Amino acid sequence: MAILVDEKKCTGCGACVICPGDLMALNKETRKAYIKEQKDCWNCMACVKECPVGALTLKLPYQLANYKATLMPEVFEDHIKWTLTDMDGNKEEFVIKTLEKRG
Amino acid sequence: MFTVYSEEVTVERGRDRRMLDNVKREVIETDLLIIGGGTAGCLAAVEAREKNPNLKVTIMEKAHINRSGCLAAGMNALNVYLNPGETPESFVKYVRYDAMGLIREDLVLSTAKEINSTVQKVEKWGLPIHKDEKGQYQKRGRWNINIDGESLKPIIAKAAKKSGAAILNWTVATNYRTSNGVVTGATGFGLRDGKFYIIKAKATIVATGGASGIYKPNNTDGAHHVMWYSPFNTGSGYAMGIRAGAEMTSFEMRFIALRTKDTICPTGTLALGFGAQQVNAKGEQFMKTRFAHLGGEGAPTPLRAYGPTMEVKEGRGPCFMDTRHLTPERMRELKMSYLDMYPNIVLYWAANKIDPTKEPIEICGTEPYIMGGHCQAGYWITADRAATLKGLFACGDVAGGAPYKFVPGCWVEGILAARSAVKYIEASQAQIGLNEKEIESEKERVFLPIGRFEKEGEGVNPKEMEERLQKVMDEYAGGVNTFYEMNEERLLVALKQLDRIESQEKYLVASNLHELMLCHDVIDRVEVAKVLVRHLIYRKETRWPCYQTRIDYPHRDDFNWLKFVNSKKNLKTGEIEVFTRPYEQIVPGDRYQPK
Repeated sequence: MAILVDEKKCTGCGACVICPGDLMALNKETRKAYIKEQKDCWNCMACVKECPVGALTLKLPYQLANYKATLMPEVFEDHIKWTLTDMDGNKEEFVIKTLEKRG
Repeated sequence: MFTVYSEEVTVERGRDRRMLDNVKREVIETDLLIIGGGTAGCLAAVEAREKNPNLKVTIMEKAHINRSGCLAAGMNALNVYLNPGETPESFVKYVRYDAMGLIREDLVLSTAKEINSTVQKVEKWGLPIHKDEKGQYQKRGRWNINIDGESLKPIIAKAAKKSGAAILNWTVATNYRTSNGVVTGATGFGLRDGKFYIIKAKATIVATGGASGIYKPNNTDGAHHVMWYSPFNTGSGYAMGIRAGAEMTSFEMRFIALRTKDTICPTGTLALGFGAQQVNAKGEQFMKTRFAHLGGEGAPTPLRAYGPTMEVKEGRGPCFMDTRHLTPERMRELKMSYLDMYPNIVLYWAANKIDPTKEPIEICGTEPYIMGGHCQAGYWITADRAATLKGLFACGDVAGGAPYKFVPGCWVEGILAARSAVKYIEASQAQIGLNEKEIESEKERVFLPIGRFEKEGEGVNPKEMEERLQKVMDEYAGGVNTFYEMNEERLLVALKQLDRIESQEKYLVASNLHELMLCHDVIDRVEVAKVLVRHLIYRKETRWPCYQTRIDYPHRDDFNWLKFVNSKKNLKTGEIEVFTRPYEQIVPGDRYQPK
């Protein structure tokens, strides 16, 4: 498992198809996002960051990591806000600058 | 926000109208074609348009330039910057020391001269660079500065678009177009539209990156793409050059990166940014003891991967980067640093309840990658970044001879290649035609796996072939499995097996355009592997332990091997010819000292 799509949240906007490995696509009938091959994911999170409604979640391959923890990015114009939740539900937040705005 | 839909074109067998018969042709004319819109390619596009705004510049990119190439997840430092007190010459001395005394000093020198001005240029585009109290860039190591580079790729992509370059996203390059040995553009196919693209260009810059996936990776099966180098850098730029008869250099200097175990994240962040030292299972700082005479923790990069590899081989593993000195505040900064570049390690720690302030971080060497950004595998180029084929220029990871270039060096090379290409275009009078016969034969080669699927319905899946290639290379050509060690007899087995794999390429099948790309990825990887193994056989010394450990020639031999191993395909016989080129020392001094 690499990318989990919440079909209730997915609006079918197609932003996630930015995947550098050409792995994200929209289902022709349902217009919902899906990943063509879970195991080919690089875990770069480009699709997760691009999704405007937070419908995608990165799941590390189970051979490497326990089930349950999550890492969710929220992208703003000049910063990104990360919310990390460990397997026991403890949360940690990080706000990091992404763009130096010029006057 | 952009909305590019991925309408998968899927082949159905037995339909009246076969996809192969309906492949549409798209002919595009441009002055300058840049293949690969990554770190080097974007800067090349901007420079070309600045030098001559009348030129039509086209970037051909197999993904989307906003997040393609190595920088998809971002970067937390720029690892080449001439901090106060350093000069281009002092940089050449260090790179020469780090690459065990053998580099193209002319290339490294010309890159070094423009590093700082280029970094300042990208800063103006909006890249946040950390500053100290005096407003100077915050130094991370001798050649490194800290950045907030999560959006580094979107920032340079935006500059490329703003320059007025035309961007062909989702277009996979398959071969150069050549006429009498002159490169006049490229062919490829559209991942979204299934068209066959013919790009006519007065000059071409290749900036496709290096090659991962040649060797069996550390992680396999469900985690096989959890690797450091982009798994989507498949060596296509090398393969196109090899097929066209371009000269290549130093494939045998493979890159084996020292990385965190499982997540395969960079360890420079830990060593330079957070003062972590390497320790073995006994708690011994083995680099400081066993490698003291070669520089200890500051030893050349290959030795810093060789050290822990030997610790594990000799029964003193696992090895770690010791982070137990970090305060909770510094630990939080470490997480933020990784979120800018490899967010997966932060999730991994949370998922497995790992606290690096209490337990050290396990490390490992990666599978070998072929690349010219950390090492020096790639096109043999002139100081103008011209390849040996007229009309073709190379920059970034696909260009050889200049290791330790990293992101800023790739930027500068893109700029240098663009300047030369613009001059070449301005001086050129050539009319570019279309050779119908050649175009048809390339179209047939490109779409063959779809044709086979339509006709036969079964054959060799590209992933099966990739696994077989990786198994052969791992077992016979010095992969992780053999602690990177190799000898001539094993390499000869690899060569024989690679020929066997290549003979199966005609059976590859693709049922959609994504699979068609995977077919060409593996075809290109096999092409690179065949050249690589010949280079490994040819260099009869061990110059870069771990990167190139020849157990049958275990010592460095400057008397016979202080030179470059180069190769090119003889287009008449199809044979790869291997030969040497001399090394030239430009910057005086002891080649095995960092200063």
